[in-house]
Amino acid sequence: MTLEMVVFGVTFVVALGSSLAMVFARNAVHAALFLVIAQVALAVTFLLQGAYFVAALQIIVYAGAIMVLFLFVIMLLGVDKRDALIEPLPAQRPLAVGLGALLAAEVIYIVFKGIDLVGDAGGEAITALNRDPGNVLAVARVLFSRYLLPFEATSILLVVAVVGVMVLTRRISDVADLQTPEDLPAGAPVKEIAV
Amino acid sequence: MSEVPPGFYLALAGLMFTIGAVGALVRRNAIVIFMFVELMLNAVNLAFVTFARMRGNLDGQVLVFFVLVVAAAEVVVGLAIIVSIFRRRASADVDDVNLLKW
Repeated sequence: MTLEMVVFGVTFVVALGSSLAMVFARNAVHAALFLVIAQVALAVTFLLQGAYFVAALQIIVYAGAIMVLFLFVIMLLGVDKRDALIEPLPAQRPLAVGLGALLAAEVIYIVFKGIDLVGDAGGEAITALNRDPGNVLAVARVLFSRYLLPFEATSILLVVAVVGVMVLTRRISDVADLQTPEDLPAGAPVKEIAV
Repeated sequence: MSEVPPGFYLALAGLMFTIGAVGALVRRNAIVIFMFVELMLNAVNLAFVTFARMRGNLDGQVLVFFVLVVAAAEVVVGLAIIVSIFRRRASADVDDVNLLKW
């Protein structure tokens, strides 16, 4: 029983427990906070496997930025604790749980049957990379050489996402409220529209 | 450093992915469904990191970086869609969006 085993066991329980608690949380804010716990637990498993840069990204981007965005939207829309009483598909929930159990069984079976196909380098290669150029430097070398084109493509993706969000959330009523001079009754003062 | 067999990490990733899939099917609130999609992406990230360790190179860790960027873009666009639906229907319930249903 080494220290890594103990840390992994605790992380395993915390990650699975908070994911399950997300399913049963009635309140959307509680679900978001359980998701933060699960993401921090996953960051610990990244650290255990020598992925230091990715673990830091996980906490900063996921648990920090993305979850703040989620909480912001929940607060903007108002917390909705009401659960729908009318079920459009009556068998959906039991079916989802049953198929989920089947999927879990399949995944576990495949993991323990097919793990030898990947081949285990034992983590020594990652440890050596983390020691000699350092994790950040090693990741940067791979990212900016072999994956340079996908990296540039992600910048286009982010620009498209930003423009798309601005188009999606603009208020159309600002345009619809503008009156044309023909709509106004005779003699009414025409509103000056600042351009 | 690798006393825990990688199969345990992959099993954790698979179980978290399953919980995310079931949760996305069971819940009705669109924001909560989005959170379960994030949970599934996180579980896949854990699988990528574990495979990177098993293969002994860093390609898996770089892929996690790309998943992170795509997830950020996806969350921003998805939440914008939810906000604009909420403005029109005053509800974040996915069952209320049934105009295109036959």
